[in-house]
Formats: sequence, C-alpha cells, structure tokens
Amino acid sequence: MFSPDELTALWLSAKVAFWATLLCLPLGVATSWWLARRDSRAKLAVEVLVQLPMVLPPVVPGYLLLLLLGNQGLIGRWLNESFGISIAFTWKGAVLASAVMAFPLMVQPLRLAFAMIDRRLEQAASTLGAKPWQVFLSVTLPLALPGIVAGLVLCFSRSLGEFGATMAFVGSIPGETRTIPLAIYGYTHVPGGEAAAERLAILSIVLATAALVAAHLINRRAERLLGYKPHAEH
Amino acid sequence: MLSIDLDFRRGAFRLQAQADFGTGVTGICGPSGSGKSTLLALLAGLLKPQAGSIQFDGETLCGAGCFVPPWQRHFGLVFQDGQLFPHLSVRDNLLYGYRRLEPAQRRFELQPVLDLLEIGPLVTRRAAQLSGGERQRVALGRALLYSPRLLLLDEPLSSLDERLKLQILPFLRRMKEETRLPMLYVTHATAEVDYLADRVMRMDAGRLQE
Repeated sequence: MFSPDELTALWLSAKVAFWATLLCLPLGVATSWWLARRDSRAKLAVEVLVQLPMVLPPVVPGYLLLLLLGNQGLIGRWLNESFGISIAFTWKGAVLASAVMAFPLMVQPLRLAFAMIDRRLEQAASTLGAKPWQVFLSVTLPLALPGIVAGLVLCFSRSLGEFGATMAFVGSIPGETRTIPLAIYGYTHVPGGEAAAERLAILSIVLATAALVAAHLINRRAERLLGYKPHAEH
Repeated sequence: MLSIDLDFRRGAFRLQAQADFGTGVTGICGPSGSGKSTLLALLAGLLKPQAGSIQFDGETLCGAGCFVPPWQRHFGLVFQDGQLFPHLSVRDNLLYGYRRLEPAQRRFELQPVLDLLEIGPLVTRRAAQLSGGERQRVALGRALLYSPRLLLLDEPLSSLDERLKLQILPFLRRMKEETRLPMLYVTHATAEVDYLADRVMRMDAGRLQE
C-alpha cells in the first residue's frame, strides 16, 4: 500500500513525535505547575515565551534554532567542537523543532489541570505526614492525569504535523528529517507524486483522528476513576 | 500539653489567641468568620503566624525562628467536607497517613477503626460513591489511623443534615472514649460541643476566650 519511502517517512514521524513528546512531558509538568501555582514577576515573561511558538510563523522558531544550534550557531558550534555533537540537519534537530512548536499545547491543558485541583486535598495530604514531593506524586499528579493525557495527545499530534520549523532548522532529508508533512510537500512538487501525497494526507487524517479518539476515551476513563462522573447513586 | 500564643494577620482580619489545652476534648465555638478554621490551620502548620509560638509537649512547633511544617507535626486534621482523595479507594484513603508511619508509631489498626466507625463495607468504594455521612466517617478514620498526637476537627458535621449529625455524634463520642486522643473541636453549633467537649472556649472576631 505504501512505498518504502513513505513508510520511512511514517516511521520517522512517529520516532520524532515520540521523542518530542517525551522531551516536553517533564518540562511541561514543571512549567505548568510553576505557572499554575507560583506568583512571580517572571510569570508573564515565561507565559509569553511558552506561547510564542503558537502565534509566530513556524519558520521563525526554526530559523532561531538554526542560529543557535546550527553547526555555525552560537551553541551548535561549541557542541560540535567540544563533543562532536551535531543537531542541525539530523533527526534530533527535528525532535527539537517539534518539541519547541508543540510545547505550548502540552502546557495549556496541564496548567488548567493543576489550577483546578482543590488545594485543600494537598493540605489534607500534608497533615497526614506526606512531604511536599510525596504530595505531588500521590495527589497532585494523579489528579492532573486527564490534563496530562490531553497534553500528551495534543503534543504528539502537533509534533506529527510539524512542518515550518522543521523545514527551516533541519531541512527535508529522506530518512533523516523527512517526516510525513515534509514528504507530502515534497511529493506535491514532483511530477506523478499526487498519489503518494494523497495516501500520506489520508494517513495523517487517520492518525490525528485516532489520537483524538484515544485521548477522549482515556480521559473519560480517568474522569470516572477520579470520581468526576460517579456511577453509583448514593 | 499544647500551649499557644498566636498573632496572625491576613488583610483586615486579625487573629489573637493565647491558651493552654489539656487532654480530653476542647470545644471551640464561634460564628462563621470568627477565625476558628484559621486557628486550626495555624495549629496544623498550614498557615504561618506573623508572631507567637506553638508548643506541644515541650516541643516548639512554631516560634523563635523555627517552624515545623505540617507533615512533621503529626496532628490529624478533619475538614468540614472530608477532603477524601477522589482518585483513591476508601481503603487507600484510610491508609494514606498510616502507611507513612513506622510500625512502632501506629496506635490504631485498620480493622478496629473500621469497626469503631462502621465503615467496613465501604472499603472498596471510591470517595465519590459515598454519602455525606459515610464520607465524614471515612475522613475521621483516615485521621485516626495516622495515630495523631492531637486531633483537630474543623466543623466535621456542618455539611451534614440534622439526622446525619445525630448519627455521627455517637461515633465521635466513642472515638473520644475509646482512644483518649486529645481533640480540638471547632464548630458553630453549641449542641455538638455540649455533647462532646470537656471544656468549651469561644472564638469571637479573631479572639479566643474562655
């Protein structure tokens, strides 16, 4: 059904989205918890910085990444010379570009989830001998689970669809950085590529739909477990 | 046993309390907004006073530059609406504090507490599947199983209707008689403290009086 090149793009997309989501998760939890719970003068600045990729043309973050982490970039050159690490034009760069673009979508639902947790539940836990980190792991995080699931799915889906920043930062190298969206774009520019472009477009729609349905089902289950929708009448 | 000398301000509200509490049940009555819950939050370590001290059995919990956080005070606190953890079963709620104790610190075991409060059949349920009265009994059991040195009760019956109140009061009385746990019982309903307390104090506009 799919040609080897298309399968490569699919596999690469999944790999990039997986690592980008994994990278965003701990950072997203930390950032959204901080935004939801702490009052700080730096809050507005952090908020703007986190949301910026959502409203900027995606090429701009990609270009900034290139300036910073490109092999001649400020940090990229140092990484390359000191450790032999090269990020630009590799799949790791694609992960980074996706992560930057998808991060706001991880933070938003998580932040809302943290803000909605009744603080007195955490207080109750602390009066039962739980240290702050134990309260966080045993009360805060489980109660934020629906938000975490929503954030993971949105982040993963957004990573799958990442185009502009990836194109600017790592280009479209088959087998290395050419994910599904880049492949579709590529196919639409070569004669006879329409069929492949269509197949990949349909695949994208199927994947995105599946992700949203899965998120919905997991969320419903989580809400039931958390007692938002009690089954029994009592 | 517990002696306090507290000065706490938040906005226009000021709470000043100076008292010694002994064993048995001390009832603290007062209208809503008089600072009763604030007093318990200060004792539990959920709030920090601007000045003053809290001493318990010779140990300074607050004052003179030291502040013992709530998770080290080993006081139990029962909230008005129970505050059971919605993501845990009744059993896991009950054992939440118990599991954090060294075996030597455990003065109460699960089964006797289930019997005392008659909540045995509820252990597999979730908090959302409990009635108001059941929820408060589980909340009492959860605090009790933490084997607190002092039990703070913040209007534990006020969210219940008269009929349920009358059902739960005997459990509290039984808890008092069987456990001999010192308790501070805060309420706006004098009938409850008349029934339970060995000593009654009043809270009025942020001031604690005999």
